[in-house]
Parts: sequence; C-alpha cells; structure tokens
Amino acid sequence: MLDCLIMSGTLPPPGASLPVYDSAERPGAFVEEGQALLRYRDLVVQLVSRSVKARYKRSFLGVAWTMVNPLLTMTVLTLVFSQLFRSPARDYALYVLSGLVMWNFFAQSTTAAMSDLMWGGGLMARVYLPKSVFALAALGTGLVNLLLALVAYAVISLVLGVPPMWSWLLLPIPVAAVGLFALGMALALSAAAVYFADVMPTYEVLLTAWLYLTPVIYPLDLLPEPVQLWLRWNPMLWFVESFRSVLYDGRIPDAVTLAVTFGLGLAMLALGWWIFTRKAREYAYRV
Amino acid sequence: MPTVSEPAAIELTGVSVRYRLPRERVASLKEFAIRWAQGRVEYVDLWALTGVSLEVPPGEILGVIGRNGAGKSTLLKTIARVLHPTAGRVIVRGRVAALLDLGAGFHAELTGRENVYLYGTLLGHTRAEVDAVFDDVVGFAELEAFIDAPLRTYSTGMIARLGFAVATCRFAEVLLVDEVLAVGDASFQEKCLKRMDDYRRRGAAMVFVSHSADTVRQVCHRAAWLDLGHLAALGPANEVLGAYFAA
Repeated sequence: MLDCLIMSGTLPPPGASLPVYDSAERPGAFVEEGQALLRYRDLVVQLVSRSVKARYKRSFLGVAWTMVNPLLTMTVLTLVFSQLFRSPARDYALYVLSGLVMWNFFAQSTTAAMSDLMWGGGLMARVYLPKSVFALAALGTGLVNLLLALVAYAVISLVLGVPPMWSWLLLPIPVAAVGLFALGMALALSAAAVYFADVMPTYEVLLTAWLYLTPVIYPLDLLPEPVQLWLRWNPMLWFVESFRSVLYDGRIPDAVTLAVTFGLGLAMLALGWWIFTRKAREYAYRV
Repeated sequence: MPTVSEPAAIELTGVSVRYRLPRERVASLKEFAIRWAQGRVEYVDLWALTGVSLEVPPGEILGVIGRNGAGKSTLLKTIARVLHPTAGRVIVRGRVAALLDLGAGFHAELTGRENVYLYGTLLGHTRAEVDAVFDDVVGFAELEAFIDAPLRTYSTGMIARLGFAVATCRFAEVLLVDEVLAVGDASFQEKCLKRMDDYRRRGAAMVFVSHSADTVRQVCHRAAWLDLGHLAALGPANEVLGAYFAA
C-alpha cells in the first residue's frame, strides 16, 4: 500500500532531457500542432488501421466492399448515361469509373474527417493529442480505399480489353495534389463542424451538387464553350482532369494542370491548417 | 521530503479555467449568423477554476477533494494539458501519465493486442515504445490467454485492467489519478496501488482525486480542497480533511 510516512525514496535520475510543458510558453498553435503531429505519427497509422479493420471485420464481403461499391455505381451510371449521351467517350464505363474513383476518395476523406473529429471528441476531453490526427487519419483511410478501388479499376479495364498503361506509374502525382486539397478541406470543414452541427449535412448536400458541376460522369466537351470556361473555376475539375489523364488517357498531365493542381492543393492546405489550428485549443472545451 | 533545490514537478500559478457556453444552444450556422449580425450572441461564463496556485514536488502525492462540480477533474485536465488555462500558468516537468477514464480510446471490434497499440499511441507513445513494453503490459493485465480476442468479448474488469496496464506501461514523472482505483477486483487494485507507489518512490509526483476521505488520508501527503473552483485549503492531508468535514 501507499504510505505517506515512508521516506520519499530515491530522487529521479537527473534526466536533463525531460519534456517540460509550460502553458505560458507554448509556441503558436500553427507551429505546435505540427510538432505534435510529428510526434504522434504512429497514432495516425493506428487510427487508419483501426478504421480499415473495424469497417471490414464483421462484414461478409470484407475489403471487397470498396471494390463492389464503385462497381455498382459505375454499372448504373453506364447503363443510364451511355444511352443519354450516345457514348460520347470511348470506353464510357472506364471514363466514368476513373472520375468516380478520385471523386470518392475526395468525398470520403473530407466527410470522414468531420465524423472522426466528432468521434474523437470524447477522447479530446480526456487525453491530450493533436487534433489534426483525425483529419490525417481520414485521409490515410481514404488512400487505402483508393488503392483498392484502383485495383478494381485495373481488373475492369482488363475485362473490357484495355491493357494496363505505363502512365499508371505516375498516379501518385495527381493523387498527391488532390490529397493536399482534400486535407485542407477536411481541416477547414472539421473546424467548422465542431461549432455548428449542420455543417456536416450541409456539406453532404453540397457534395452532390459539386459532383454534377464536375465532369465526372459526363465529358466536359459535351457542354457549350462558355459553360466549359465557367467550370474552369471549379477546382475539382482540374483534379479530375489530371487524375484522368494519367489513369484513362495514358498521358502525363501538362505543365499548366500540374501547376494549377499543386497550387490549389498547397493553398487549400495552408488555409485549412490556419483555420483549424486557430481554434485547436478550444476543441476540448467544445465537443 | 525532497530537497528544496529541486524544481516542482507540477506548478500552477493563478490558474483559471472558463467554460463559455452560449446562453441558448446555437447549433446552426444560419442561426449564429443572424444572431451575430444582431449582436445577440450571449454567453454564460462558467468558471470551473479561479486563481488556483499550487505545487507538487517529485515524490509527493497530493490528494484533491471537493464536492461534485468543484473543479477537480478540470484541475487534472489542465495539468494533463487537455484544457489550456484561460488565465494563469501551468508548468509540468516530465512525462505525464493520466489515469482518467481508462480505455477511453479502446475499440470493441479490435483485438486486445490491436487495442494496446491504439491506446498506447493515443497516449503519446511511439510504436517502438509500445513494442518494448508489450509483454509487460499483457502480463500485468493478466490477459495472456485473451490478448488476440476481440475486445467486445472482454469483461469490464478485463478492460479496466488492460487500460491501467497501458496507461502506466512506462514510467512517468507525473501521475494523474481520477478515482480509477474503484475498478477491478481487490487483488488487482492492490497491484495498481503497488505500481503507483513504485513510481512515486522513483520520484513521480502524483495528483490523486478521490471522494473517499479514508483513501486520501491513507495515501496522500498533502491535500487540496476545491470549492466551486476556488482553492479552499491546501496543506497536510489530515488538516485539510478536518476543515473539509467541518465545513
């Protein structure tokens, strides 16, 4: 048993490198959050593996769900729109799927970041942790699912008689760009979702509208010229195009597309990080 | 008692914590925008702690007593840097092991093994650090036979054991304990107390929140009495308990 009357025992070894927390001398949250995130990187890996495992552990189809889901969507869309558009693009099925795979990655990562931060709310009130781990873990989970969906794409592509392309090796480039953009969006959105419960449902509605404003299920050149120019203001158009050029057209994205996508990605990440960390110390009070 | 020259492990100077709640719950963005434009966003300020100053030197156990809502948990959370103080300063020298709500990060579908890694990294350890203590953790929790079974098959006691084992898997200079000793059977409680005492002998400072006067008297060198966020008394455990019950 503990006994206060026992002499206090040995003193701690003179550890010079003990971490010291001083609430008055914390670096700005913009910096501190980044440092903490670096220290908690193993937690991000654990959170990703948690959500991947937990999602598939008890379901019969398991990991296959990630592939079945876009497959079914693609089948429906192909059946409906190939009639409507009179097969505007070659291999319309692959055209749709290549866009959808990327769109799902973006949509899933951003919505999961919000719900994960809400799930983590209980945790944040109990233990200290960098709050951005949830957004990063959502992105990581999205990447795992993207990889599985790409396997499905490759299989379908083979079945339809389209051989694998060398340009597929360049996929990490457009994925990195859209990943930066998605992380920035995820941070900004989840910061807002902490304060307002209606951010999440609103975003889900907007996502649907956004999908139709992006040439995912229809080819851009089907639209009148002026509308096409207007759609250039939609950032997702650029991400979809660069992703599709590598996956579907077998081309390296041109310099303009690369510059625009990485510029948008980095700008969104900086904005999202700024919005998120500005309030990071308040989340434990709010959720 | 530790020598004077040694810096305190925990140092609180005039710490205040304010919870600011909207008077009416404004959950929608539209409502907020309207109210904000009208200048009608009103808050209720709830001071959970006001001007609390105290120090805990290495090797000491400080008991914290007070009624429900007196700010005891808020005090622990401020030290654990879950809450950033609204005013005042908190200094903590060394690593912190917070035994609050053990197993808060556990996931029912994952196995005991997976949960050890999830919870361990959640508490700020790296994967390699968890690797190094993994066998000790499982041994301490006495769960060798069940470690690869999903957590949903565990009893409450087993989960609590695993939670305590992970939370205390590595030595920490500061231990924060919030009534967790009420879990597990008597022999496991004994084991927990022994481990905490080991850490204290190695120089850990401990803050111990409890409703049980007996435990505080038995375990703590000094006690702090919190009343509605104010530090009503701070001193030798017996004196503070006497004043608390006299009030």
